[in-house]
Order: sequence, then structure tokens, then C-alpha cells
Amino acid sequence: MKSDIIQGVKAAFMTMAVCCVLYTGAVYAVGFLAKDKAEGSLIYKDGRVVGSRLIAQNFKGERYFHPRPSSVDYNAAGAGGSNLSPYSKEIRERAEKIIAENGSGLPADMVTASGSGLDPHISLDSAVFQAERVAKARNTDKNGLIALINSHADGNLKIVNVLELNIALDGME
Amino acid sequence: MVFVTLIIGISAVLSWFLGRYMTYIMDSSEQGTWQSYLKQFAVFNVIMFAVSFAVLAFQQYLPLNPDSKGALTADLIFNTAASFTTNTNLQHYSGEVSMSYFSQLFALMWLQFVSAATGIAVLTAIARGLGGKGFGNFYKDMMRATFYILLPVSFVVAVMLIFTGVPMTFGGAVEAHTLEGALQSISRGPAAAFIAIKQLGSNGGGFFGPNSAHPFENPNFWSNIIESMSIIIIPMSCVWMFGRLTGKMRHAAVIFGVMLLLLVMKLSFAAYFESAPTGALAGLDVQTSSNLEGKELRLGKSAAPLWAVLTTSTSNGSVNNMHDSLNPLTGLVPLTGMWLNETFGGVGVGMINMLIYILTGVFICGMMVGRTPEYLGRKVETQEMKLVLLALLVHPLCILGGTALFTIMPWGAETVHNAGAHGFTEILYEFTSASANNGSGFEGLGDNTPAWNIATGIVMLLSRYVPIVLPLMAAGSLAAKRISPDTSGTLHTDTVLFGAVILGSIIFIGALLFMPVAVLGPVSEYMAGALK
Repeated sequence: MKSDIIQGVKAAFMTMAVCCVLYTGAVYAVGFLAKDKAEGSLIYKDGRVVGSRLIAQNFKGERYFHPRPSSVDYNAAGAGGSNLSPYSKEIRERAEKIIAENGSGLPADMVTASGSGLDPHISLDSAVFQAERVAKARNTDKNGLIALINSHADGNLKIVNVLELNIALDGME
Repeated sequence: MVFVTLIIGISAVLSWFLGRYMTYIMDSSEQGTWQSYLKQFAVFNVIMFAVSFAVLAFQQYLPLNPDSKGALTADLIFNTAASFTTNTNLQHYSGEVSMSYFSQLFALMWLQFVSAATGIAVLTAIARGLGGKGFGNFYKDMMRATFYILLPVSFVVAVMLIFTGVPMTFGGAVEAHTLEGALQSISRGPAAAFIAIKQLGSNGGGFFGPNSAHPFENPNFWSNIIESMSIIIIPMSCVWMFGRLTGKMRHAAVIFGVMLLLLVMKLSFAAYFESAPTGALAGLDVQTSSNLEGKELRLGKSAAPLWAVLTTSTSNGSVNNMHDSLNPLTGLVPLTGMWLNETFGGVGVGMINMLIYILTGVFICGMMVGRTPEYLGRKVETQEMKLVLLALLVHPLCILGGTALFTIMPWGAETVHNAGAHGFTEILYEFTSASANNGSGFEGLGDNTPAWNIATGIVMLLSRYVPIVLPLMAAGSLAAKRISPDTSGTLHTDTVLFGAVILGSIIFIGALLFMPVAVLGPVSEYMAGALK
């Protein structure tokens, strides 16, 4: 029995050394070839981290495009979905509140929470829908904003990255 | 749907080649009895549990902890160690909240490799035994599977994932100053290495709480395709490996066909039901769309139902959308996948589960024609059938017994997140997932309680080891018999008719066992919600 245990411990040690140290090290080393992505696709402005292009942030002001609802309040250190039944009252109440604030005819992604609560994208339709509010708040031309949206959109999936769009928006001025 | 077909099609083609490579790696003429194999298997699994338990218990004193994660409760440590040792990866914690990088890598990722390798090893041993050779040596098999199969494939996938945007850093959470002047703390970590083996080894335990719905785990459309294919490729290859090792490729092709047919059926159901809009929005002034609650836009429209089916067909259990928010009848599809648990199934163990159904099907056929049933030329008799049926029944017993108990008792009833039938489905899903060694969840359930941790921990251990040990014993007993000559009365296992028999056995056994709970949960929620 003793020799069995020694054999098992040896196997555990060997697999751990290779899988946890060598493999992780090798993947980590490859990460230096795409350092920006390996570090979390962070966006810097004046030497400070503004956010990650993969992680949604809570934009509340009229001057910015808003992301999809988040059931964890955009907490990127504790992400999660609403986990509500698609028939639940809570989803309906949340949707009614958002419709009251934004008007009718909203695209469905603006009233549904994403799986991670950190979905960095909104649909192209949502961005266009919000363009009017943003244009008004910034006192600028709506058509210019729509051109900006289109230049940042992913044409196949019909989605726009909110943080990148908002940074470009600030850059316009 | 084009991408769905491509993902399944390309994976099926690749699995043929990977299956050949796996056979080349795993084939050996080493001697060894099933008893010695079982002993080595048992010792190593105890060590896996003990080591991971120790690492998790002392994580606050161990290195690689830039965000100073604290101690975990004893019941959560038990549950997590059991969960990862059994290749389940049911997570009652949220990775970025509770786990240090050391725990993630040296306890959890290590187990993701060796528990998957354990599955491949045992399947190899059973196939060898049935093919008339010795059962071999567990350690040699486990290390071959780890070093020559799982490691190289994981490395390739991890590298591809880095280039799609999955982080691979040892830096801790980063503090971002948003454009509106707020602060946002963004958790990161060595995720790429972890996610590759999570997907490939039918593990499914995410680095971050929301698993592959999290943008860092699954940053774009292409990472989603890579990860989807990674779920299914090794389970598919295991069928071909089994065929080659037993020398019955036509038989393997029939099994593969049955599994593929079941997979396509589930996919069609899921894609259809999930294209319906979110029920709660009915009558509100929003644009019509498929159900987007719990989904991520960057992954594309058909990504969620495809993943939900793949991950529950294979006992993987990773998610790219929140299953709790799937439309009720879509939610029934992952449940069905885990109830049957052999549509390709977990790495190695999926094929072992299929063997249980095959032997049952062969036995029923034998009874119908009044002959002693045979499998691969060997007579299947009382001794083997006792073992096989016991292995078959552990799964429903754990699911139905556990669900019944927790629905009645406050430790279950008070933890549900949604009311009514959906709450019942949360409990049902949790036990199903634990018993299928899957690990996905209706995550609304407040499952980090001592009662849930202990109950699902025990279920995972039972339903991992009983359906591995008993079939290994049955294979040992079959392997000791002489091969009987083929006659005109022999049931051939490489025909379409045999495929139909297996398909029938699976569907009838599954329906008889689980139809009542399916009606109580998802079906009645659909009735209550959609028929107003």
C-alpha cells in the first residue's frame, strides 16, 4: 500500500509540475506577443487606465451612449447575470422603467441584462436610437453621430462597442 | 445556422484524425488486471482530492494572491475539491471573487487536466479489456493522456484564445478611471491557460463567475467558435478511439451516428425555442427579437443555444449565456442532455456511459429473441447486467431523490431565486448537473450553503465513481470470457438496426425516468407563462 501511495504522489507531483508550471509559463510567455490583449485590452488616456475595451462601464449621463442593463451594476470584480426566468415580473418592471426613461420602440437589447452584466456592446439599432439624445446633450448634429456610430460598428454582427464609441465621441470635440 | 453546421461538421471531421492520434498514444500491450488498474485509479483520485483540498484550505497563506483572497468555508472547500476531482466543475463560488491565482492554477486547473486524463485512461482500459488485451497500467495511461493529448491541444487553443483577447496576466485587478469620473475595479488573471483545458477536458469551471459569458473568457465571435469546438472535439474523438482499440470501427461509426443524431435533434429544439422573444416583454413597446436576457451580443445569434446543447451533451458545463434565463422549453434541452449524459458525453466517461446503454440495449434484444445476449463476441450474463443496471440507476436516483428532498426541505426551497415552477427547475437542474458531472447551473440558485455544498458534493462523488467502477468491473468480467463464434443468430452491433435499438433504449429509458419532473418544471412554466 505504501508503494502505491508513493507512486500516486510522484504522479501528482509530475503532472502538477508540467501542467501548472511549464504549461502556464509557456502560455504566459506567448502572451508577450500580444501584450495588450494578455493584460486585459486596457485603454489608457493620459497614462491612466480608462477601462477595458472588453468590459462594459456604467454610463449614466445624457452626453454618452449607455450600455445594456447590468444586474451586477457593471461590477467587473464580481460579474453575473440576472438569472431571472424570461417570464419573470422583475424583467418586465425593469423594462417598463427603461422604456419610461428612453421612450418607446427600444431595441430589445436595451431592456435585457446580459449574461455577464459586462457586455461591452450594444446593437447598432440601440446606438442609433440613442444618437438623438446624445446629439441634443452635446448640441451637435445627429447625422454626424450616426456616421461615427457606423465607423465603429461591427458590420456582420450589427453591434457597437460602447466604451470605444464614447471615447471617440469625446475626441470629436 | 451556417456556423452551427460548420462547427459540428468540422469538429466531426477533426475528431476522426484526433481519434487516430489518441489511439496511437494510448495503445499499448501492457499487461495488468482490472483489479490492479482500479486500485491505482482509486489511490490517485484520493490524492487528487486531498491535494486540492489542502491547496484551497490554505490559499490565504500561499503565493500568487495579488488581490488578497481570504479563507474559504470548509463546506465550500469540500464541494469544490469534490467538484473538480470528479471532472464536474460545479462552482458554488465566483472565481474572481473568492479564488487566488494559486488556487485557480494549482488546485483547479491541475484537476482539470488529470481528471479529464483519468476519464480517457479508464475508457482506454475498458476498450483494451474488451478488445482482448490486458487492462494496462493506470498511471502510464493517465500521464500519456495528460502529456501527449490534453497538453498539446490545450496549448494550441490557449494561444489562439490569447490572440482573440483572453487575458493571460499575473497582475491583479486594475483600477480604471471612467470617462464619467467613476472608479471601476477590473479583475483579470491567467485566464487563457485555464480556459483552454476547461473547454477541452469537459471540465467547464470558469475562471470568472459568469464563465464564458464573461467578455474576458470569451471576447468575440471567433473565440466563441474556438471554444465551442473545443467542447465537443475530444468527446467525439473518444468514440473513434474506442472503435480502434476494440477493432470494431463499424460499431464505433454506428455509435457515433446515434450520438450525432441526438445532438442534432437537441440543437434543432434549442435553436427553435430560443428564437422566441423574452416572455416578460410581451405587449411592451420594444422591438421584437429573440430572447436576449442573459446573452452576450458579440457571440452572435445562434451561439447560445448551440453552446447550451454542446455543454450539456458532453458533461462540460461551461456556459456562454445564463441558462436560468433560457426560455422554459429551451431550458428543457440542457436538462435532457444531462439526463441522458452520453451524447458524446464527458471526456472518456461519455463513451463509458454509452456502453451502459449499449449493454442494456443488447440485453433487452437478447431477451426479445430468447438468446443469451452477446457484446463484442462475449456473452452478457446476470453478473454483468447487475453491475450495468446499478450503474444506470445511480444517476436518476441521485437526481430525483435529491430534488424531492430539497424541494420539501427549507435548505432547498428557501434558496431558489425565481418563484413557482422555475424555482423547482433550479433545484432539479442543480442535482441533474451534479449527478451528470456537468457543472453548469441555473445560477440564480443560492447554492453556497452548507446543505447544498454537502449534498451536491456527495452526489458528484457517487455519480462519478459508481458509473466508472462498475462498468470497469463488468468489462473485467466480460474480458474473462471466451469469444463465442459468430452465428446466424448473433445480434450484429455494426448495423443501422442496432443503432435504432440503442437510440430507442436511450430515449425510452430517459423518458420513463425523467418525464414527470420535466412536466413539473419547464413544461408547466411554459404553460403558465405562454398560454395566457
